[in-house]
Amino acid sequence: MAISGLVLVGYLVAHMYGNLKVFAGQEAFDEYAHHLRELGEPMLPYEGALWLIRIVLLAAIGVHIFSAVTLWRRSRAATGGKGSQRYASSKAPRGSQRSYASFTMRWGGVVIILFVIYHLMHFTWNTIAPGGASDSPYERVVNGFEIWWVVLSYTIALLAVGFHLRHGVWAALASLGANTSQRRRRNLNILATLVALVIMVGFLLPPFGIFFGLVG
Amino acid sequence: MNITLRVWRQQNADTPGAMQTYQVADVSPDMSFLEMLDVLNEQLTLAGDDPIAFDSDCREGICGMCGLVINGLAHGPNELVTTCQLHMRSFSDGDVIDVEPWRAQPFSVIKDLVVDRSSFDRIIQAGGFISAPTGTAPDAHAAPVPKADADAAFDAATCIGCGACVAACPNGSASLFVAAKITHLGLLPQGQPERDSRALDMLAQHDEEGFGGCTQIGECTAACPKGIQLDLISRMQRDVLGALSHRR
Amino acid sequence: MSVTPEHVDNSGSFYVDGDPIADAKAPDVPLSQTWDQRRFDAKLVNPANRRKRSVIIVGTGLAGGAAAATLGEAGYHVKNFCYQDSPRRAHSIAAQGGINAAKNYRNDGDSIHRLFYDTVKGGDYRSRESNVYRLAQTSVEIIDQCVAQGVPFAREYGGLLDNRSFGGVQVSRTFYARGQTGQQLLLGAYQALERQIAAGTVEMYTRHEMLDVIIVDGRARGIVVRDMVSGEIETHMADAVVLGTGGYGNVFFLSTNAMGCNVTASWRAHRKGAYFGNPCYTQIHPTCIPVSGDHQSKLTLMSESLRNDGRIWVPKDGDDKRDPRQIPEDERDYYLERRYPAFGNLVPRDVASRAAKQVCDEGRGVGPGGFGVYLDFADAIKRLGRKAVEAKYGNLFDMYAQITGENPYEVPMRIYPAVHYTMGGLWVDYDLQSSIPGLFVIGEANFSDHGANRLGASALMQGLADGYFVLPPMISNYLADAPFEAADENHPEAVAVSQQVQERVSTLLSINGSRTVDSFHRELGHIMWEYCGMERTKEGLTKAIGLIRELREEFWRDVKVTGVNEELNQTLEKAGRVADFIELGELMCIDALHREESCGGHFRAEHQTEDGEALRDDENFAYVAAWEFGGDGGQPILHKEDLVYTEIEMKQRSYK
Ligand SMILES: Cc1cc2nc3c(=O)[nH]c(=O)nc-3n(C[C@H](O)[C@H](O)[C@H](O)COP(=O)(O)OP(=O)(O)OC[C@H]3O[C@@H](n4cnc5c(N)ncnc54)[C@H](O)[C@@H]3O)c2cc1C
Ligand code: HEM
Ligand code: SF4
Ligand code: FES
Repeated sequence: MAISGLVLVGYLVAHMYGNLKVFAGQEAFDEYAHHLRELGEPMLPYEGALWLIRIVLLAAIGVHIFSAVTLWRRSRAATGGKGSQRYASSKAPRGSQRSYASFTMRWGGVVIILFVIYHLMHFTWNTIAPGGASDSPYERVVNGFEIWWVVLSYTIALLAVGFHLRHGVWAALASLGANTSQRRRRNLNILATLVALVIMVGFLLPPFGIFFGLVG
Repeated sequence: MNITLRVWRQQNADTPGAMQTYQVADVSPDMSFLEMLDVLNEQLTLAGDDPIAFDSDCREGICGMCGLVINGLAHGPNELVTTCQLHMRSFSDGDVIDVEPWRAQPFSVIKDLVVDRSSFDRIIQAGGFISAPTGTAPDAHAAPVPKADADAAFDAATCIGCGACVAACPNGSASLFVAAKITHLGLLPQGQPERDSRALDMLAQHDEEGFGGCTQIGECTAACPKGIQLDLISRMQRDVLGALSHRR
Repeated sequence: MSVTPEHVDNSGSFYVDGDPIADAKAPDVPLSQTWDQRRFDAKLVNPANRRKRSVIIVGTGLAGGAAAATLGEAGYHVKNFCYQDSPRRAHSIAAQGGINAAKNYRNDGDSIHRLFYDTVKGGDYRSRESNVYRLAQTSVEIIDQCVAQGVPFAREYGGLLDNRSFGGVQVSRTFYARGQTGQQLLLGAYQALERQIAAGTVEMYTRHEMLDVIIVDGRARGIVVRDMVSGEIETHMADAVVLGTGGYGNVFFLSTNAMGCNVTASWRAHRKGAYFGNPCYTQIHPTCIPVSGDHQSKLTLMSESLRNDGRIWVPKDGDDKRDPRQIPEDERDYYLERRYPAFGNLVPRDVASRAAKQVCDEGRGVGPGGFGVYLDFADAIKRLGRKAVEAKYGNLFDMYAQITGENPYEVPMRIYPAVHYTMGGLWVDYDLQSSIPGLFVIGEANFSDHGANRLGASALMQGLADGYFVLPPMISNYLADAPFEAADENHPEAVAVSQQVQERVSTLLSINGSRTVDSFHRELGHIMWEYCGMERTKEGLTKAIGLIRELREEFWRDVKVTGVNEELNQTLEKAGRVADFIELGELMCIDALHREESCGGHFRAEHQTEDGEALRDDENFAYVAAWEFGGDGGQPILHKEDLVYTEIEMKQRSYK
């Protein structure tokens, strides 16, 4: 769970960095998209590196979903399917200290995967093309993000990602043994919040930039 | 003060239970929560009703026998106290208080507020010990233990095995309980030979018993009357990862 | 031995004299060699045969848990019982202060002989020399054993074990694990026990309460228990039975014992022929949190280490109801410091407790009901600083604040004595065998090592000594004679006992009277505390016996036990225990009445020195009173075991 999650976080950071190239203009962005496909040539065939990354990602997502489902099922089995709502009392709906983010992990994760599929259909497979198709990745992005509901859908998805990472990054690090004291616990939580914020904001900059006409 | 209680009543493991309402009058703020239940039970008995079954023994916060979910919180609203150490002065006149048993699939209800926690013993059986047959011990000073380690081991060893961590955990995980024992023994030189097998075997038994997995939410630590800290779970994970890598 | 006429008059109507007894098991060699010799003489059981020998052990405290783990490890087939939901919850868990051992790690002049001497003296010369000497010898091994198990004792910066001085002795020999020594020692034994359960050598029965013992052909061969969840009355048979069922302080209703602590196992064995030794010896601990009201269900002890820095006082004038902080120094009576200038606040438990009772009886007590004295840390805080006081006593202060809602850093604590330990128990010989062959008794449940008053930090020592080191070779010695007559649960004796138990349960359930079990228990407690507590008199005890008899009659006529047997029924459990406590209470009073002297925790107002100290009568009472059950309605039979001191000279204790 933790390792696959962190792999995905690593990917997100790289991905976010790439996305931010939108602000450097069409050429830089298309060059980057193209470069991704040529990465590793001639050691690897065209799109070889990209496929490697994709395989790792697919594996990570597979592992992640598999472990998530396992945890989820164990949790349901251990609590009669009711998790933190297994008590008749409604006086402590949020327990005594838990973060809001920790409530959103499972359904938030589902939202994210649905979004990822939609996202791939949009930018990778070109099966849908809101705002108009194009051969230039840059144009596809710009076209897409000029439409309000596309921006809205990305915003919702990234909020979900943000929450997911707020708890997920902390949990992953702790589960891998990084939590060594009460103070470290606080710091890891701060770190997780930062990572979540950076990724959320980082990803949201391009769509909002485009929507408000700062790009293109 | 006057208190209204809503208490989980359940005849036995096989019959369904429900919340029932009781009034308790003239509660003294100096009473412990369990003494307040004693008073109610005396009233119920005299009225010919079945008194409410709940567990307690030492009534001084050390045996781990007591444990109620009070207003949705394991061991009630105060930090670092067991149910038996919770006093009525923490409540106010006219309060409606919900009282329920620990809930988790491995903790089946025996009656009313009494649950079966034998799974904890089985987890200890799986490896929560140091093999030291009687009579084989070297002199106690044979292996000095750095004070910091001894103190940290002690902190972990104060777990009373009450099960509040499980009751509070949204995943019904007993990781804090397991981690406390793994930490206690793993910090001492005497505990090293069995450190790997202890971590793997105890966790395997934990899973076998049907407890959920840890997702680092931290409700366990908040409910724990002995202040067992969340970082012990991280330490357990390190021991597990270490054990897995040694195994190869 | 001359018997004073007074003695015969007083109690003649309550008991009859039986034959004297003696412990025949301790070999007649110099004291320091007795245990070695006994072990050498003891018969062994071939390892291959051990699996075929079965032992029932009731109790999972330090004594029972350690014994079950050790005998399981040795290869015997062990069945272990406790009434809690886990063996880890036995009341040994609650011991705070520490455990003594003659390690002399401090090089402060301690030795086995000194620990032996201190324990005999602390017990006010009413314990058996050979047993105490063995206890002191074994203490050394206990610490090694516990450390090997991972018991996290307090350590110093160099990594070595820390020691403190405890209970008014002049050497530092007490090992401790913060304020939770009993817990840590018990977890060590519990973990060793769980390991044996996993190995299959020990079968564990939790939530099972022993209700009787089965005797076949003169030997203890089994027990009848009630499965507290299903209500089933079960019979378990074995080659020997061991009771490690703890103390009976709950006869006083309020005590520092756990809610479930009971005398049922011991009492049922007593009724079947096991002698009860010195039932009246009760220890009353001076530093407990006072009662706050009628609802009180138990009392909480605070470690007596508090007396190292706290100063005990009451107002000079009983009508002085000012906030204690407003009472000027010269209007306070630091009565312990005044009366015992040498020991001051550190006098032994019995002395401190009685002094507190006296000032309260004079009307100078403080707090609700006037049952309390101040334990004041203001001076200590001034002298050492709040930080240092917090470091030393922080957890105790927190506990006090939690229970009373008062802040002891600001307002003096209030303390009052409470029943804490029972030195009396089933009589055992040097082998820890009771007067019933095959019935062994260990830990607080036996009478053996503490005489009339237990020294602080020596009960943990005794429990573990008995369980780990003394019982195992003695049980082997006994089992070497097995197999005994074949007896399974269909043996007529077993069936008969099981039937008796069932009848008793049905009777309790069918009375359907008008009083709750707790109300009887509370009333018994009042009687015992009033007349058989810190200070006892002939009139009081005589009156108490009458009251208890009436109470007993009323109990069986008017108790109300709801529910049925075939389920978890906590009222039924309590009812059985209280019924036995009532019978025990009567015997305690008879014992206290017959012992026309003051010794240790037993203080007879008629027998005191001019300045109110306990006055022993070594000429007439240097014996163990071992009581035989005289039948329902009959009189108990007194067997005397003379206490012979070869190494120690009896002296009057003085703490002036
Ligand atoms: C608050 C407190 C503090 C103390 N502090 C100290 C200290 O600092 N140092 C010290 O040396 N001593 C101390 N003592 C005394 C010491 O803790 C006890 O004397 C000792 O632990 C008793 O151990 P045990 O094994 O004999 O009995 P326990 O630990 O009481 O165990 C009794 C066992 O018998 C079982 N049992 C009882 N009746 C039945 C039955 N009818 N059927 C089935 N099972 C039964 C119980 O389930 C339990 O497992 C303290 C005692 C108290 C109460
Ligand atoms: C298919 C979509 C996803 C689902 C269903 C999903 C589900 C989950 C679940 C159930 C957890 C367990 C933690 C808990 O319950 O508290 C989790 C943890 C985590 N997820 Fe996801 N997730 C998804 C996508 C992602 C993505 C895209 C990323 C990366 C950006 C990610 C990163 C993480 C991380 C780092 C963790 C913490 C791992 C741990 O708890 O040890 N997840 N996820
Ligand atoms: S970790 Fe804390 S909450 Fe869990 S069993 Fe131990 S003491 Fe109870
Ligand atoms: S009853 Fe022992 S911890 Fe509460």
